[in-house]
Amino acid sequence: MTCFETIQAYGLRSIGIGEKLLPKTDFTLCQQFTLIGSGMIWNLYFGVLALLAGFFLANALALSKSAHSPWARKPAEWFVFVFRGSPLFIQFFLAYETLVLLPRSGIEIFGITLATSWTTKAWAGALFVMFLNTAAYSAEIFYGALRSIPKGDLEAAEAFGITGWQKFARIQWPTMLRLGWPAYTNEAIFLFHATTLVFFSSFPAFGQMGDALYYANYFADKTFNPFVPYPIIAFYFILLTLLVTFVFGRINRRLNRYVPQNQRSRIRLRVALIR
Amino acid sequence: MFAACADPKSIEGLTWAFCYLTSGKHLDFYWSFLTVLMLLAITAPAALALGFMGATAARSQALPARILGKTYIAMVRGIPDIIFFLFFVIALDQGIEYLKHLAVCPSGAPWPWQGLEFRVCKEAKVPLGSSSAFWHNAYGFALAVVTFAIVFGAFAANVMFGAMQAVPKAQLETAEAYGMSNAQVFRRILVPQMWVYALPGLSNLWMILIKATPLLFLLGVEDIVYYARELGGSKTNSYAYPHRDWRLIYFIGLMIFYLTMTKLSEGVLGRLSARLSQGQATAAGEAMRRAGA
Repeated sequence: MTCFETIQAYGLRSIGIGEKLLPKTDFTLCQQFTLIGSGMIWNLYFGVLALLAGFFLANALALSKSAHSPWARKPAEWFVFVFRGSPLFIQFFLAYETLVLLPRSGIEIFGITLATSWTTKAWAGALFVMFLNTAAYSAEIFYGALRSIPKGDLEAAEAFGITGWQKFARIQWPTMLRLGWPAYTNEAIFLFHATTLVFFSSFPAFGQMGDALYYANYFADKTFNPFVPYPIIAFYFILLTLLVTFVFGRINRRLNRYVPQNQRSRIRLRVALIR
Repeated sequence: MFAACADPKSIEGLTWAFCYLTSGKHLDFYWSFLTVLMLLAITAPAALALGFMGATAARSQALPARILGKTYIAMVRGIPDIIFFLFFVIALDQGIEYLKHLAVCPSGAPWPWQGLEFRVCKEAKVPLGSSSAFWHNAYGFALAVVTFAIVFGAFAANVMFGAMQAVPKAQLETAEAYGMSNAQVFRRILVPQMWVYALPGLSNLWMILIKATPLLFLLGVEDIVYYARELGGSKTNSYAYPHRDWRLIYFIGLMIFYLTMTKLSEGVLGRLSARLSQGQATAAGEAMRRAGA
């Protein structure tokens, strides 16, 4: 098999398109690159969707966390504490075990049967957990940013007669995003790294359709040689990190467009850490 | 282990619950919590030491040491750490067995990396095939500890390197003006002052270390996640204590354990931070001075 044929056969293997059987012997470098790269589709899927959805929930949580009323504040505080204070790994387990307990045949509400089996699949269940998790982490970032908005900005807004919703939408929210954006960029990178946990914890991969780590692990197990597949997946993740940094950097530049050159906040990459 | 629990099928109610929770497997489960705590107790100082060495090397005057230190710090950037965990354990295991292979195998022994397999002679197996299960467990645990220490050492090195840079230059220059040597400046001025700058990063790291402990399960150590899955799975009547699928309850227990650890650590680290800020040239230190005066 030439390398081009390998890419045709395995390029979309992780979503079930192409050759059914994974290579069993005579592993070539091309096969490893192709399959691990095809697994990255799942990492991208989890990361992108969880980030997009999580962004909105994070904003809501950050606002309710900074509210005066304890009815709004306490639930948000607890949500953030629970999701930031426990390992993502355990959260995946917990979610999976809960979802498995749902009745197989579906739940009947007002005569309509709601199917439940799809929730135990990784594409839905794991995505939901990642969505809640990233929302909690991002909420903490946005909450911190909300509290560090310069007092002068708010007073200036009030002096101009901008109050209420207008003040929030035109002054507070853009400033919050601008201040929180560098940390949020790091959070996005963490989240992409955390997507490798999905198939490693409880969600099973059906028909050997897994993420990049699933295939890297497959090759490492089969060849007893970790020195090829793991550096390959590392290579892919470095590329992904660069891409995320680039995209978020562009947004950061837009958020900072009215700030004097020397006061713009720059994105500094922090080390990647386990959640 | 109790006389009342001799026949679990005949008891019920509270006695049953008591006997169930004190069964042999459950005692192992409680011990595994100690394994996790032990991992934390060993890894934290080891990672701190490695991090300190890495940070010192990264700002050393000698080029080779600087490159070594910077590489160590840069190693953890951009790559998911779970990959490090998987990689290091296999690489360490094979490395150790290879070294032992060089030392003890008879001279005609084949090269260990044969095609798809890694195989050393019988004498070079670590631990030996004949040794007890305890040694197998201990070896797995030790590999996990070393891996954790290396990975978290790199994180700690990054934090401490930043902290060393953050100590005001004027302080170091003043010390030099008083005639202190480089080593003295490092020992008496830099190191005592860097902790307050390193503490936020290090406490963050501690929280992450707590949350990273379930990875022990991935490394094949029989830790709390392993037992929670074992004990929680539904048991048929052939078991002494049959029950339905209780894994959810066990995992909620684990969740509470981790949340408690986090809450406790937050309290302790908050106090430590207050203590370290005392008399420092930082905003927090200044606030304390004002409050005292």
